[in-house]
Amino acid sequence: MSLLKSHNRWLVVLTYMVALLLSVFPLVYTARWLRPEFVTIFVIYWVIFSPQQTSLMLIFWVGCLQDLLEASLLGQHALALLTVAYLSLLLGQRFKHYLVWQQSVVVFLLVMAHQLVDNWVHSMQGASAVSLEFLMPAFTSALFWPLIWMFLEKARANFRVT
Amino acid sequence: MGLGLLALIIISIDFYTDWLAPVRAQVNVIAAPFYKIVNTPKSVFDWGSDKLVSREDLQRENIDMRTELLIHQRKLQQMATLAAENVRLRQLLNSAKMISDRVVVAELISLSPDPLAHKVMINKGRQDGIFVGQPLLDAYGLMGQIIEVGDMYSWALLITDSTHALPVQVNRNGVRAVAEGVGDLYRLKLRHLPNTIDIRKGDLLVSSGLGQRFPVGYPVAEVVSITHDPGKPFAQVEVIPKAKLNRSRYVLIVVDDEQKNTGSNSANSNFNGKVQ
Repeated sequence: MSLLKSHNRWLVVLTYMVALLLSVFPLVYTARWLRPEFVTIFVIYWVIFSPQQTSLMLIFWVGCLQDLLEASLLGQHALALLTVAYLSLLLGQRFKHYLVWQQSVVVFLLVMAHQLVDNWVHSMQGASAVSLEFLMPAFTSALFWPLIWMFLEKARANFRVT
Repeated sequence: MGLGLLALIIISIDFYTDWLAPVRAQVNVIAAPFYKIVNTPKSVFDWGSDKLVSREDLQRENIDMRTELLIHQRKLQQMATLAAENVRLRQLLNSAKMISDRVVVAELISLSPDPLAHKVMINKGRQDGIFVGQPLLDAYGLMGQIIEVGDMYSWALLITDSTHALPVQVNRNGVRAVAEGVGDLYRLKLRHLPNTIDIRKGDLLVSSGLGQRFPVGYPVAEVVSITHDPGKPFAQVEVIPKAKLNRSRYVLIVVDDEQKNTGSNSANSNFNGKVQ
C-alpha cells in the first residue's frame, strides 16, 4: 500500500482500470473494428514515460484481467501486452523526443504488433482467418494517441508521477 | 521474458486442457462490476424511458398486447389438439416421444468487445441452474450455446462465430447439413452440400439434434441463395440466421428435463412449458 502511495502509483493502476472499462464499453456492431486498443495505448504511455512506476507484472495482470473480461483465452492479451511493453521499452528514450504525429506513427506500429500477437493466439483456437481489417484498431489508436497523451501528461504532472 | 513464457504456458494450458476452468469460474466474479459500470449510462436511459412514458402510450401498448395475446391463444388452442394428435401418431409409429423443454428467460448484458469473437454475456449463471452446453434461443430461432458459466452471469457463443458449427436439416424434406459460422452476424454457410441436393431458396433450416447438443426442431436459418459453380465440388449455399442476433435483448435458455416429462400427459405438458 505504501508503495502505491509513495509515488502516486495508484494513478497508473487507476488509468489501467479506466482503459479496461473503455475496452469493454458497448459499441454498435458496425463500429466494432473502430475501437482503439485503449489498454495497449496506456501501457505504451506508462512504459515509455514512467517506466519506474509500472511493472511487467502489473501489465501481465492487466492483460489477464482483460482476457477474463472478454472471455478470451487466458493469457492472450497478457502475451500481446508484454510484447508491446518490451518493444516500447526498447524504443523508450528516443520516443520521448519525437513530435506528436511521429509518436502516433510509432503507436500505430506498436498496436499493430499487439494485434498480430492477439490475432495469432486467437486463430490458434481454430477461428477462420480475417482479412486485414484486424489492423483497423491500430489506425484508430494512432488517431487517439495525441488526445490520450495530452490527458495523461496533465495527470502525470498533476500527481507528480515520475 | 519470464512473464512472456508464463503467458505462453497459461495460454497453452487453457487451450489444451480444462484445468483452468474452475479458476476461471471463480475469478470471473471480477468481470461483473466492470460490465455493470459500462452499462450504467444505458440502464439509466432505459430506466428513464421506462418511467417517463405517457399514459396514452401505455394504454395503446396494452391494447396491442391484448390483441396479440388473443391471437396467440387461438393458435395455442389448435396447437393442443395438434400436439395430442402428434403424440398419438408417434405412438402408432413406435417412435420416441418428443421431449418438451423448459426454458429460463435471461437478459443480454453485453456483446463481446472483441470483434473477432461472437460471444454474448447473459445475466443468468450457476445460481440459476445454467451449465455449459445449454442452447440459447430468442423468439425467432436458435442463437447459440453457453460456453462459460460464472456465479451470476455466463457467456454464450453465437452460431455465427467462426469456431461454431451446428447440425441442421431442411424442414421441407429432412436433408441434413452442417451450418457453420463465418464470423459475420448476418450469414452462415452450409458445408459440403453436393450440387445435386434438393435445397431451394427460402427453405427453412431447423436444428436436427444430431450433435446431442441442440434440441430437435428449432428454426436456425433460411436459405437465401444457392450457387452451382461447375468448377467447385460443392454447392455454395448462403443462409441467414433466423434469430435476431443483433436485436434480441431477452433470450431463452433451454433446460432439457427428460426425467420430469416421462408421464403419460406429455401431450398437455408439451405446450405448458414452464417459463420462469
